[in-house]
Amino acid sequence: MTASNYQKIVIALTKGRILDEVLPLFEEAGIAPLEDIHVSRKLIFDTTVPGVQIMVIRGSDVPTYVEYGSADIGVVGKDLLMEHGSEDFYEPLDLKLARCRLMTAAPVGAAPVQGRMKVATKFANITKRYFAEQGIQIDVIKLNGALELAPSMGLADIIVDIVDSGNTLKANGLEPLALIEPISSRVIVNKAAMKMKHAVIRPLLERLGKAVEARQ
Amino acid sequence: MSVCDRCLLPEGVEEILPEEAFRLESLRRRILDLYAGWGYDLVIPPLIEYLDSLLVGSSHDLDLQTFKITDQLTGRMMGLRADITPQVARIDAHLVAQRGEDAADIPLRLCYSDHVAHTRPRGLLASRVPIRIGAELFGHAGIACDIELICLMHETLREAGVDEVFIVLGHVGIFRSLVKAAQLSADSENELFNALQRKAYGEIEQLLEAHVADDDIRRMLSELSRLSGDESVLPAALEAFRDAPGSVLKEIHELEAIAAGVKQRLPAASLGFDLCELRGYEYHTGIVFAAYTPAYGRALAQGGRFDDVGQSTGRMRPASGFDADLKVIARLSRHPLLRGKAVSAPASEDPALQALIGQLRAEGERVIVDLDSTDSPQERLRLQGCDRRLVQKNGVWQVHSLA
Repeated sequence: MTASNYQKIVIALTKGRILDEVLPLFEEAGIAPLEDIHVSRKLIFDTTVPGVQIMVIRGSDVPTYVEYGSADIGVVGKDLLMEHGSEDFYEPLDLKLARCRLMTAAPVGAAPVQGRMKVATKFANITKRYFAEQGIQIDVIKLNGALELAPSMGLADIIVDIVDSGNTLKANGLEPLALIEPISSRVIVNKAAMKMKHAVIRPLLERLGKAVEARQ
Repeated sequence: MSVCDRCLLPEGVEEILPEEAFRLESLRRRILDLYAGWGYDLVIPPLIEYLDSLLVGSSHDLDLQTFKITDQLTGRMMGLRADITPQVARIDAHLVAQRGEDAADIPLRLCYSDHVAHTRPRGLLASRVPIRIGAELFGHAGIACDIELICLMHETLREAGVDEVFIVLGHVGIFRSLVKAAQLSADSENELFNALQRKAYGEIEQLLEAHVADDDIRRMLSELSRLSGDESVLPAALEAFRDAPGSVLKEIHELEAIAAGVKQRLPAASLGFDLCELRGYEYHTGIVFAAYTPAYGRALAQGGRFDDVGQSTGRMRPASGFDADLKVIARLSRHPLLRGKAVSAPASEDPALQALIGQLRAEGERVIVDLDSTDSPQERLRLQGCDRRLVQKNGVWQVHSLA
């Protein structure tokens, strides 16, 4: 069976640990890759539904693919979504997976900083927006990992990072301060695709929604 | 500054080279001829004008999109237009003023095709100097006007050779009426608007729960967020909004009538509906419509009713219109739009040769004079886009194919 252009869907999933939680949800919604994603070196896979393909990419690339329309649907953390700026696609479903919190954190017992504060983070856009809303002047230091080191090495006063159990913070002498946003995996949909391919996308979203509800 | 830095263009700013320019210009002419055939007159508004008239009554977003410069003659701020529609609306107001009050309800059809400049690209890989082509109809408030424009938008894309056009209709009045009845604060209205724009259903429910006291209105706003899809949306909307406040039912019937009119004229067209599509909410006042195609992840052309835009010019005329990005359309066009090959003529002042060149050009041929010689190698001529040359045989000039 061949699928018309209005039935062809590309789904962009985030690679890594989260994939093991997301794929079963899609399987429950009736879409499974035809080969084992973990074994194959391919990056895009046909699925049990003709015309529907799954691609596996870095989380921070998912919004880009979906915004441009190269992928119709994506699954990505709310943190990356906020960092990308999320005006350009629909965000219809919270998968309630990979839950954690985006927080500020500082050395335990540190006195509040006077004047401009140095903030180290992977999420430069969210950080600027958050502190602007608080009316606090900051300098953002963009780092790509091991943020917890930045305060003790004198690079930053505080950090903005994803906090799960809080153990990494504790081990590095930091404590969480303020919650910026609760984070979980979201389904995003390209705006044009949602309009043109609603006959395929809406039922898929409904089935995914049911699978999510069943797990709560 | 290195040579490389000197020749770099700013991000999102591109030059259009001969092949692409030929495509764009061919499409532009085709489309403007189409508009002429429907009675739309071409206008050419200025590239720059005073900021206060350029931005009058427009959105904050358009203000941010507009490049600003100081007029050295008056010291006043001028703007490089980011949108042509407000300029065309002003032209309409002036023309009506000149024609006198009796002309106030006579429809005026105008079209345009020109560059605009954006301070920031509108979306990924978008140009900051797009060429907008569009049509506007002033002075008619009825659905006949909207049907005409939707059909013309469809025809524009068909003429341009874009396949599989999908039209989506919406109506910003429905959200406007419901949100007014919900008596939200400006902040929570803004939050709800943002969540609706993203169809973030979870957030929408939370916001409605927190800010809307009236059960019926809360239910209706919640249903509105999900009213998108095929034709079944309209009966579902009539059912959901049976007891809706204000003009909601009237607006859905209007949408129904417009959809029926479009279907009748374009039986093969794919139609979809999205009742919470709030694009251009700040200036649209009624129906909104957009065209999509599976090969492109954004709207290809979009428009709608903007009855209040003349408010600031002192003349409230109903208005509706649409526009599209010519560069995007050219990229998606299936027409080859290639320039024909040329005839090479030797450098000679022979009157017989000059007469033939004139005749060929009058017939629409491209004749390129070989400036350097009378007998250049064929490869050289090919590189100049020629596939034939003029050759003198037995004293007579003839067109010969290049071997």
